[in-house]
Amino acid sequence: MVKVKFFAALRERLNCAELTLDCGPNETLATLRARLVDLHPSWQTELHDKDVLCAKNFSFCGWQDRVSAGDELAFFPPVTGG
Amino acid sequence: MSLTIRVQTADFSLADEYRVLAQDSRCGAVVTFTGLVRELPDAALTAMELEHYPGMTEHVLEQLAQQAQQQWQTGAITIIHRVGKLALNEQIVFVGVAAPHRKAAFAAAMYVMDFLKTQAPFWKQELTASGRYWVAAKASDQEAQQQWQRDA
Repeated sequence: MVKVKFFAALRERLNCAELTLDCGPNETLATLRARLVDLHPSWQTELHDKDVLCAKNFSFCGWQDRVSAGDELAFFPPVTGG
Repeated sequence: MSLTIRVQTADFSLADEYRVLAQDSRCGAVVTFTGLVRELPDAALTAMELEHYPGMTEHVLEQLAQQAQQQWQTGAITIIHRVGKLALNEQIVFVGVAAPHRKAAFAAAMYVMDFLKTQAPFWKQELTASGRYWVAAKASDQEAQQQWQRDA
């Protein structure tokens, strides 16, 4: 299983803060995103927004990065702190 | 050399943070930056609400502080960022750097703020009379961060 978190405006638009998913073999952030869209077709536009960022285990990562069981993943809009 | 990273709802005292940074007798310079909630040019802001990604925020800020400390051979660095609801004029963020000389202290503080703006997972929402609005990321913040990479 992997934990997936959503933050800020993305969390509000998806109406979801956190979920868990099985982790398949050869899973990447991109394949995981595709599975999320299969489960929730209405998330297609939001998750494929070019500005959406992803993180794995508390560091920024790319869509082709590998995902393993136990990872914590997150999707969120560009950050606006400071 | 000590690095202090705090993400908190409570306010902070500039005097207290300065006193800690000014303790190191090898450091002849302390630079501090404080960011405040300011008025909006075109809407009446009543408050700001800040959200963050617990765990990742601290990790990113710790890395930024470590990079700045190594690059400019600084002494202590403190980063404080508040979350939750903040009223107009309240303090949002503090970056303080102690270093042997002023140039390193200024550069390290600027570096931390420029990367914090684009890398630390905080999100601001403006609360105005007409509703709540998520703040959009600014291209100028992205450019400020990229400038460091061009200069490297």
